[in-house]
Amino acid sequence: MELEYFFELFLGGLVKGSIYALIALGYTMVYGVVELINFAHGEIYMLGAYTALIVASVLTVLGFPQLAIVVMAGLAAIIWASAYGYTVEKVAYKPLRKAPRLSPLISAIGMSIFLQNYVLLAQTDKFLPFPELIPEFEFWEPYSHIIGSPSLMILVSTVIIMMLLTYIIKYTTMGKAMRATAQDRTMAMLVGISVNKVISFTFVIGSSLAAVGGVLVASQMGQINFYIGFMAGIKAFTAAVLGGIGSIPGAVLGGLVLGMTESLATGYISSDYEDVFAFALLVLILIFRPAGLLGRNTTQKV
Amino acid sequence: MTTETILDVKKLTMDFGGLRALNHVDLTIQKGEIVALIGPNGAGKTTFFNCVTGIYTPTGGEIFLGGTGKKPIRLNGIKPNRIADLGMTRTFQNIRLFQNMTVLENVMIGRHIRTQAGIFSALTRLPSARKEEKKTIDDAYNLLEKVDLADWANEFAKNLPYGDQRRLEIARAMATDPVLLLLDEPAAGMNPQETQRLDALIRKIRDEEGITILLIEHDMKLVMNLSERIYVMDYGSGIATGTPMDIKNNPAVIKAYLGEEVIDA
Amino acid sequence: MDTGIPMFKLSEIKKSLVVALWFIFLTFPIMVIKVNTIENFIAWRWRNMFMIGICSFVISLVWRYFQENEASGQRILSLFTQIPLVKRLKGMSVSERPTQDGVIRESNPMIQRIFYTLLIVMALLFPFVNDYQTTILTTALMYVILGLGLNIAVGLAGLLHLGYVAFYAVGAYTYAILNMHYGVGFWVALPLGGLLATLFGIALGIPVLRLRGDYLAIVTLGFGEITRITLENWDALTQGPSGIAQIPKPGLFGMELTTQQGIMYVYYLAVALAILTVFCTYRLQNSRIGRALMAMREDEIASQAMGINIARTKLTAFALSASFAGMAGVLFAAKTGFINPQSFTFMESAIILSIVVLGGMGSILGVIIGALILILLPEYLREVGNYRMLLFGASMVIMMIFRPQGIISNVRKVYKIDQGGQK
Repeated sequence: MELEYFFELFLGGLVKGSIYALIALGYTMVYGVVELINFAHGEIYMLGAYTALIVASVLTVLGFPQLAIVVMAGLAAIIWASAYGYTVEKVAYKPLRKAPRLSPLISAIGMSIFLQNYVLLAQTDKFLPFPELIPEFEFWEPYSHIIGSPSLMILVSTVIIMMLLTYIIKYTTMGKAMRATAQDRTMAMLVGISVNKVISFTFVIGSSLAAVGGVLVASQMGQINFYIGFMAGIKAFTAAVLGGIGSIPGAVLGGLVLGMTESLATGYISSDYEDVFAFALLVLILIFRPAGLLGRNTTQKV
Repeated sequence: MTTETILDVKKLTMDFGGLRALNHVDLTIQKGEIVALIGPNGAGKTTFFNCVTGIYTPTGGEIFLGGTGKKPIRLNGIKPNRIADLGMTRTFQNIRLFQNMTVLENVMIGRHIRTQAGIFSALTRLPSARKEEKKTIDDAYNLLEKVDLADWANEFAKNLPYGDQRRLEIARAMATDPVLLLLDEPAAGMNPQETQRLDALIRKIRDEEGITILLIEHDMKLVMNLSERIYVMDYGSGIATGTPMDIKNNPAVIKAYLGEEVIDA
Repeated sequence: MDTGIPMFKLSEIKKSLVVALWFIFLTFPIMVIKVNTIENFIAWRWRNMFMIGICSFVISLVWRYFQENEASGQRILSLFTQIPLVKRLKGMSVSERPTQDGVIRESNPMIQRIFYTLLIVMALLFPFVNDYQTTILTTALMYVILGLGLNIAVGLAGLLHLGYVAFYAVGAYTYAILNMHYGVGFWVALPLGGLLATLFGIALGIPVLRLRGDYLAIVTLGFGEITRITLENWDALTQGPSGIAQIPKPGLFGMELTTQQGIMYVYYLAVALAILTVFCTYRLQNSRIGRALMAMREDEIASQAMGINIARTKLTAFALSASFAGMAGVLFAAKTGFINPQSFTFMESAIILSIVVLGGMGSILGVIIGALILILLPEYLREVGNYRMLLFGASMVIMMIFRPQGIISNVRKVYKIDQGGQK
């Protein structure tokens, strides 16, 4: 009984954590390349979920088969979230690349508030029911009491996406250019890397990961509103910092640790304070190990 | 004349991860001296300044500050603001002025540790607080006159020409009433006329204010003219010390600056 | 359109067309389609699409124009400051002296005094207009206090604080709780609320001393959220989400006040507290402590090397900043008579921050104008009201890009020194 309960919490934490990891990757990649906390990243996640909801509803009304709806809604979420990410960077961050550090951060906060209210005004302030995009797999039936299909789907897609991302960053030209830009932007520019393209690419990749996260969470939770991005964004940021911002394996580890902590703490201590645990963890990490679990300590240059 | 040791650095060592930026560096300065610290780029001069002024905590060795009337104080691990309070201040290689404050205010900041007014006196402006504030303004203004910047007192620091910004940094450091002033490449980016004025200014600071000076500088003409003793560093270690004449003819120094081949040729 | 305006090149118009198409695509799902998920009904709002297309085309042209001629862009955006009233406000209090590429404004104490006296007289006579206006202005004044308080941390000391509303909450709950349990009155709660918020400010400040810039921003945000969630869940102390009601209005020597008199009284208290805040922040700005805060904002390492104790200075900034929010919170609780955690969300912090950013970080007059605009405009223009937060967000982005110094840029005191060292 005791062990079963623990196991349940553990799996819940794993699922939660992998979602955090997906969103955290966007933060960490953007931070690595442009040293900016993309405060609007949570809103990109929310926009991804909204796009999926809208496309899925339209296709349902038009009578498309279930599988087509799932695929197209997912693709639409990725495409539009990337488009938003790309646009946000061009509008709100690119003009501020040489500005003092607080300027792009304030601009990012402004962007975040803008996007929330944009969705609020164009759509609704109420919670919308999100269709069950992920079906109950028949072959999984015997095991579904351990972990449901949606959760399984989340775990599997997260693992696949991580592998894909690792491949892109390690082996493709763009990935190499990204790493070079993260190391030293001026130097990357001097050796002929188009830094603008790299930054755009980073935002696009980060945003599509957020979109996938958004769709997965929304179909698991069953409802969305314009505000879901705020909390998800903060938590994912916590995960990114926890692992060491700028580090890709760090974001994954941070996401998992955060998911576990939340799941276990709500299970054993109190569920009222679920969000407090995340914030408390964030505060503690920043105070005691600002470089994160896998980050390197850097000495400030004088 | 009795000499008093102002700065005594023993076997100073600084490691960044696996990299040894300073390796057992020794340096002493007597009261009233002008001493130069030279060496090729990357020799560890600025790291030396950062360790001595408390911005970095050295990994080994000892630093003692004397000349304050009491017995020498060990500086290892002491915060930069305490070190400024004890009587050692510096300028920065890549000018670090308070850009969006006026020239006068920059110097007034230097008076911070020598004044007391707190929040209460800021809000009430009692006579004692007004008096202190007025004295701060006057002191700062006098310093600006000394470095020929009085006409710019109410200008934003960022609007000053480069050479003036360097002099303003010196005035700001002097406002803390130091016994020892550390100048990090004060002549960088100056034209020959400006450098000459700087030479005169540094002498004036030493002669009239009695402030001892340690400077890092690449302008060899200035260094040879100005300093009484020179320390040479290369690859994080001290390689020579002596009068300008000694240093000019020291083969190790020539080697460090010009490389092996030239000596052989 | 393309023939009549010679200042736009054909290539620019083409580019703007592309931008317009891009935005039509981008906003298509959210702006055009609206689904009713319950009845599976879809509304297609094509009008929105055309609006987006036209708007983004025009904005793109204007944007391009601004970015190409940054100087004239600056001028057009600062048109606002040319609005007669604002200009007069500025002209009255300061005379400008152009310098190389900045402007140092000289305070003119005489005119300034007359101006402020007039302003105060106007403020005192205002409540005789009507109750509704008075209530709105009271709210605006509270935001003036909050804006000026946050300005100490953000504008003067350069510490981006995203959880400022927590201190406001501490003040409000101090009064509410102490009154509920011990019957503590407004006048005792006011300093107590300020003090408690100050202590909270220090308590937050100590752990975050080592953090800089964006990390600090996130931790303070977390702190704000932790405070709100705690208020929501600590039922025994705060009565949870339902909040605390029937908080008494401030007393006036035990007199019974009618509702209308009560509104006026709270208004006058707000005026008094706002004046006190302006007075304190003004004196602070041009003092030894204020200069230390600014030096820390400009360059932490250099200020430390000049002898400034960074830890103490940061705590001072947090504490001072928090104290004003605490007092504003007590006033808020007294004004509304009812508080619950929903009044203290992150959005509230964001509004206060945008007041500071819009008005001009570090500028007292700027923050006052910022608060009045951001709070009063949505009240008087009902149509704007709905788009309030949208416009806040957009203006934060636009300000950062085109006028990061805010409507009124930081004014530095000009010191007059008689030659010979005597003043």
